[in-house]
Amino acid sequence: MGELKRLDLEYNQLTSDKMRLNVGPQHPSTHGVLRLEVVVDGEIVTEVIPHLGYLHRSFEKYCEQMTYVQVIPYIDRMDYISAMNNEWVYVMGMEKLMGLKVSDKVEYIRVILAELNRIANHQIAVATFGLDAGAFTPFLYYFRDREHIIWVFEKLSGARLLYNYFRVGGLAADIYDGFKEDCLNIVKRVRKTNEELMDLLILNGIFIKRTANVGILPPDVAISYACSGPVLRGSGIKYDLRKDEPYSIYDRFDFDIPVGDGEVGVPGDCWNRNIVRVREMEQSCRIIEQALEQMDMEGDVKELVPRRVKPPAGEVYMRAENPKGDLGLYIVSDGTDKPERIKARGTSFVNLSVIPEISKGYMFADLILILGSIDIVLGEVDR
Amino acid sequence: MGLLNRLDDPYEGGGIVLGKIEDILNWGRSKSNWYLHFGLACCAIEFMAMNASHFDFMRFGTIPRTSPRQADFIMITGTVTFKMAERIKILYEQMAEPKYVISVGSCSNCGGPYWEHGYHVLKGVDKIIPVDVYIPGCPPRPEAFQEGMIKLQKKINEQAIFNKRKRLKKEQSDDNK
Amino acid sequence: MLTNEIFEKLKSEFGENILECNDQQPVDHFIVVKSEKLFEICHTLRDDDDFLFDYLMSLSGMDLNENLGVVYHLYSMKLKHKLVLKVMVPKTDPKTPSVERIWRTADWHEREAYDLMGIEFTGHHNLIRILCPYDWEGHPLRKDYQTPESYHGMKTSS
Ligand code: SF4
Repeated sequence: MGELKRLDLEYNQLTSDKMRLNVGPQHPSTHGVLRLEVVVDGEIVTEVIPHLGYLHRSFEKYCEQMTYVQVIPYIDRMDYISAMNNEWVYVMGMEKLMGLKVSDKVEYIRVILAELNRIANHQIAVATFGLDAGAFTPFLYYFRDREHIIWVFEKLSGARLLYNYFRVGGLAADIYDGFKEDCLNIVKRVRKTNEELMDLLILNGIFIKRTANVGILPPDVAISYACSGPVLRGSGIKYDLRKDEPYSIYDRFDFDIPVGDGEVGVPGDCWNRNIVRVREMEQSCRIIEQALEQMDMEGDVKELVPRRVKPPAGEVYMRAENPKGDLGLYIVSDGTDKPERIKARGTSFVNLSVIPEISKGYMFADLILILGSIDIVLGEVDR
Repeated sequence: MGLLNRLDDPYEGGGIVLGKIEDILNWGRSKSNWYLHFGLACCAIEFMAMNASHFDFMRFGTIPRTSPRQADFIMITGTVTFKMAERIKILYEQMAEPKYVISVGSCSNCGGPYWEHGYHVLKGVDKIIPVDVYIPGCPPRPEAFQEGMIKLQKKINEQAIFNKRKRLKKEQSDDNK
Repeated sequence: MLTNEIFEKLKSEFGENILECNDQQPVDHFIVVKSEKLFEICHTLRDDDDFLFDYLMSLSGMDLNENLGVVYHLYSMKLKHKLVLKVMVPKTDPKTPSVERIWRTADWHEREAYDLMGIEFTGHHNLIRILCPYDWEGHPLRKDYQTPESYHGMKTSS
């Protein structure tokens, strides 16, 4: 007995030196060019220090040099996975500033495109999250389906990734014949794959063991860090700008806001953040179906597009629910045709700032999963 | 050019191909390229799509490696910033010879959309490392990736392996004449 | 609560530290405050039962030619109202209190404003550059910024 006690003491006095590891900036699982300086005690992460800026492309400086119309392509390149949504925030802000009211048809097309892009974004997010956890098959499945969404965008705008399709006051081009059928086809596909993936990935025992109860983000911390989107909703807070502050025509649709309810694990862990995305895809499908039904095909999408965008002096802070969370654009105009200042509140930038807080005390391998579950895109972090 | 094409022209009734050892080595090298994917920005997303089911980049015999020491070529996809440029150089120097560089997208070719006021963007990765194949586009279409890969294979196929120095000297003296 | 109601209430509490309330703008209304008491004002805004601004949407640095400015966009999750708060700091001595201890999201935002605009937030625990390299010179988003010729031997122009 006495001997055992002595052993205990010795064990407590054992200290292991902490080690500093460098992850990134070029690492396949940092989702881009993020660099993390990690202090580990054995396998346990004790401190994480993110270093950003490896993709700092001087977006805000560019905005001051470009005219309002020329800014749109640069907005695309911020969050390049969900370019349609980004453009939408910008053109909505500009329309608010100029007092334009776009026609119903334009609004419906915008909603459909934004929701399609939301699906595409979530597909990449869930697929790469699966990759981080070691599942390769979902990546192939999701990318197969994403390609169909990309084709629709390509037919509309001519580009596969960065569209430059939205215009202040309208759209660059009208939709094509057969747009409706294409969208319905996509919805069918997305539903089918999600059903398959439910068994293959989400409810897979190994996946649950890896992701449940890992990286728990309590709701009050999430609000203090101003998290948004699936990260915030994963913690069980029902907050979605499409419902809380309905912009555009979102009040005409019937849809739910999925939250992490702790069905597996506890609210706020990686599994719950991920399931929010999967369920959101289904809600987006519902919105697309309703929008296609209500939409009226007649009308010109370009009639309100001004020759020269020259808003009155003033400022506006526009935000909308992007796939990753709410993107805010603070547009200051001084009455000329060039913006005085555009500040982008990058969703990923804000969501990423929570990483040092929630990854302490977990295994090193879990850190990669926590990063994957937050779903960042470095173009938006560094701008 | 390719080794297999010569099978159409059989020697002594077929089955025998006459050629240089160099050809067969180059043939092998060009058909199994391992690459270090240096994904930086939007172009990397397109490259992910390229890697996935529809376009299947691996049919070129390419396998993604995460270490520069095992890679035959490096694929720079996206905007190179100053903060990143030094890392690219280090990684490039760590690769074993022979090594190749594919620069993907306008950004890494010349600065792309950020060429004018981008105070933090390197205007072309060829300012720091030599580039073999440029793939244009913002982002390039997957077909362009395929074209670029074929270009690289062609380049490898035509390279000299043995007596390089001697041949080089001869070429130079030929040039001087 | 509307911006002018918030303004009245803040005015009664902080007196001349609250400078003006602008509700003439085409779109967003804002309140301008002095930077000395900013920390206390923000604390009240977060914890007072009438305000409860617990969500800092955005923090932006501005270059207003003779001054620098910081703009805070606040939102209340419980009461669902918004507020835009502005402070001005002179360019010669750009110092303003940090609100990092009130909203933790302000940490990175303030570092970004310091990096790109050169606004110093007193009381910030780790005010270093965030986007530009640590040895970068100057603050790129200032209107009078001159891009350096080269960085570590690499030319910045094409
Ligand atoms: S070339 Fe275009 S798509 Fe590629 S990284 Fe640059 S901006 Fe992005």
